[in-house]
Amino acid sequence: MALTQTPMQAEHARTIYEKSKPGRRAAVLPEAEVPETPLAELIPAELLRDEPPRLPEIAEPEIVRHYNRLSRRNFDLDSGFYPLGSCTMKHNPRLNERVAALPGHARLHPAQDPKRAQGALELMWLLQESLAEICGLPHVSLQPSAGSHGELAGLLLTRAYHADRGEERIKVLAPDTSHGTNPASVTMAGFEVVKVATNDRGGVEMDDLRAKIDEDPGQVACLMLTNPNTLGLFDENIAEIAALIHAAGGTLYYDGANLNAVMGQSRPGDMGFDIVHVNLHKSFSQPHGGGGPGAGPIAVSERIEPFLPRPQVVRRENNGHGSIYDLDHERPKSIGRLRGFQGNFGVFVRSYAYILSLGGDGLAEASETAVLNANYLKARLAEGRAGGRLPVAFDRHCMHEFVLSGKPMKKELGLATLDLAKRLLDFGFHPPTVYFPLLVEEALMIEPTETETKESLDGFAAAIEAILHEAEGDPEVAKQAPYTTPVRRLDEVKATRRPVVRQPL
Amino acid sequence: MLAAIGVDSVEELFAQIPESLRLGRPLSLPDGMSETEVFERLAGLAAGNEDAERQVCFLGAGMYDHYVPAIVDAITQRSEFLTPYTPYQPEISQGGLQAMFEFQTAMSELTGLPVSNAGLYEGPSSVASAAYLAMAATKCKRFVVSRGLHPHSRETLETYSVGYGAEVVEVGLSGGETDAAALAAAVDSETAAVFLQSPNFLGAIERVEELGAAAKEQGALLIVACDPMTLGVLKPPGEQGADIALGEGQPLGNRLDFGGPSFGFFCATEEQIRRMPGRIAGETDDVDGRRGFVLALQTREQHIRREKATHNICTAQALNALGAMIHLAWLGREGFRELGELLVRRTAYARQSLAAVDGVELLHEAPVAREFAIRLDAPVDRVLDRCAERGIAAGYPLGREYPEFEDGLLVAITERRTKAQIDQLADVLGAAIAECGDFFPDAGEQSAIAQEAR
Repeated sequence: MALTQTPMQAEHARTIYEKSKPGRRAAVLPEAEVPETPLAELIPAELLRDEPPRLPEIAEPEIVRHYNRLSRRNFDLDSGFYPLGSCTMKHNPRLNERVAALPGHARLHPAQDPKRAQGALELMWLLQESLAEICGLPHVSLQPSAGSHGELAGLLLTRAYHADRGEERIKVLAPDTSHGTNPASVTMAGFEVVKVATNDRGGVEMDDLRAKIDEDPGQVACLMLTNPNTLGLFDENIAEIAALIHAAGGTLYYDGANLNAVMGQSRPGDMGFDIVHVNLHKSFSQPHGGGGPGAGPIAVSERIEPFLPRPQVVRRENNGHGSIYDLDHERPKSIGRLRGFQGNFGVFVRSYAYILSLGGDGLAEASETAVLNANYLKARLAEGRAGGRLPVAFDRHCMHEFVLSGKPMKKELGLATLDLAKRLLDFGFHPPTVYFPLLVEEALMIEPTETETKESLDGFAAAIEAILHEAEGDPEVAKQAPYTTPVRRLDEVKATRRPVVRQPL
Repeated sequence: MLAAIGVDSVEELFAQIPESLRLGRPLSLPDGMSETEVFERLAGLAAGNEDAERQVCFLGAGMYDHYVPAIVDAITQRSEFLTPYTPYQPEISQGGLQAMFEFQTAMSELTGLPVSNAGLYEGPSSVASAAYLAMAATKCKRFVVSRGLHPHSRETLETYSVGYGAEVVEVGLSGGETDAAALAAAVDSETAAVFLQSPNFLGAIERVEELGAAAKEQGALLIVACDPMTLGVLKPPGEQGADIALGEGQPLGNRLDFGGPSFGFFCATEEQIRRMPGRIAGETDDVDGRRGFVLALQTREQHIRREKATHNICTAQALNALGAMIHLAWLGREGFRELGELLVRRTAYARQSLAAVDGVELLHEAPVAREFAIRLDAPVDRVLDRCAERGIAAGYPLGREYPEFEDGLLVAITERRTKAQIDQLADVLGAAIAECGDFFPDAGEQSAIAQEAR
């Protein structure tokens, strides 16, 4: 044990099951009001369980205390700077929570007759229209539940598109800088990943792309690309890339994780993409919830539209009496459903409220500020110690994020990127995304978003400077960090070798 | 800031985008609005919906109008749970990780299976995820699916199976339950998994153990979708031979939200743990020996394993799973059982009351827990309209997804549906059938519609 510890560190973690005492409870249920027939007279005894599940037995005040205490063991966006690259940790307006909780939204049953859910369908239609305009593509399905679900949808759409033309293509090209979800989605959709190299400007290596296409153009189903890519750089060759893929007969898929850089500035549809997913929990302010919920709507071009998932929200003229909204289930070429009902509607409400709040100009300004903030922080980190120890991986203006390499820091100070990240926790910052993208050694991927002030960016740069300064004196300090967090470095290997994934009772 | 960067304008930073690809005009969207105006606009849209506060809601079909206790909102709206990302830095994410661990324990208890993940998107896509696991476990690509599985689950499985290169074979129902003989005949040695749902889509509690025997004999996985709110009283899938139990989690701590966000739960035998999709929290120690929690078995996941991952899922539904955990803690062991009993008894009462209404008969006689199917002696859509005019959403029409039950209606009960509301449903349904019955069943329909239009 350490000689000193914070009060939170001194508190041993106990689960709610360990606070349970037989006979305690919180809930009082309504009276049955109907005959209290023994259950075995209603359901054959062999289909009934012998003992109720061992849920905790605990009173309401203790439940509240338990989860409030747990909450204090989390760092969150409302408490401080969260520059997690590719995650777009922007402010979550509380207005959005309020409108999502209105009973007309929150207590609306998903199987309600569309004519009695006109407000919800209109909202979905308006969001579809808004995302279509932002992406520069004419048709939108809101159904996918998150970005990876949107990717899978896009790949299944690609498969359906080719199949409709009597073709079966098996290769999906993706840069070596792509998000891990891209190759994982490719496999689930039954395709093979073909990796494309990155050039010395951080973009797609055109010669490699041409070579990979030329191997067998008839097998190229799709190219998946993030633009700006995971290095935070806009690929200047995108028009040529699109032309090459389209000439080979493939589709072009846009991973919208980085859309926050280009809202109102440049549109994936205009770049030549056929399919785009949008992470509403990134660019459109849905809170991340510690790992969801999100939503991953897809926008598509005309040629992909016939294959969109069922059902689709549509607007119809109502015999001169305005419009009515409906769910269209009759889509003969559709890939089918990707999930139950209509999608994560509560997320749609929040994101539509966000779009209304900002408006078209506001969205464009958000992207401008996000890009300004990223370049400013990049400039600050090019000064002083960071400039030497943590050089930027590709030295040019970035978009909404940038990637540093901790290679010199590791070589000169013996400090790994992980150590720097853990020491940042003691300074009250969430670390950047680390060790991604894979082609940058000891990578740190930093995305400040438009939410942050100049002061918070300066504060982060100062913390990095202080940690490097400290490490020049004694690198062991950072190597043993963190010190002030509720727990210190955890044994992740043990948790994987001998997994304990539930409380023994 | 511009000086520090060394540019004169923000515009220069965007010069890396070729001029021809710049939008060059404002987005064609309305101007921004004040908070007050946005609130009014969204409230106006919300007012266009007949929600369960304006109607008495007997709709179910996988999502139910349960009461979500106040502490669920109070806790899940805390910034510390609402606003963090996925817990990639465990030292500052112990709250969320421990909550996942507690949730996994609860779902493991409910389903009677030792391993649970921290949640997936929602119900039907969890079914498709289980199919992916079954292919990896058995090296087979054939799924046998009961027609009692939720139609959305069956359709989602079909969608994914095109990508998997797998075949889906459906087995019909008999008397509301999965046809055991047809199921046994459909399962062969190339079958990766058998999918059942209990209670099934028509509300019938399936004899999972008997039905599952065919899967066991052929070495296929038995995958059972279940309604978590029934597991206080019904035998858990894990005690009936299920290899995987999964389902839609909405009844636990999540509001209706017109279909989402909710969460999917996914539990399995120990044998499957390294093939599981999604996040899994695990217990470990820190360098000083303190107990702590981390994301375990990350080597299954897309951010490490890329194209060889067990699934592509990244962002899931952590906050919704937290809501479920708080709801379950609030109900507690006894409260959860009592709620299950309440549902079964009120459902029995409602089923009996509706069966006594003129023009209503039971669609099947199989035992039910919280939902049941009836047949109406009048066109279902019209009856539903008449009921809606009297403030009641009487149920879910079966015709679209079960053409063989064109006259079928699925009625769901929660603890919010009082005896008085059930009695009201019986009255209103009877009156509606009487009004609409004349038009039924056949040739009169078209001319009646024409008459009404005039």
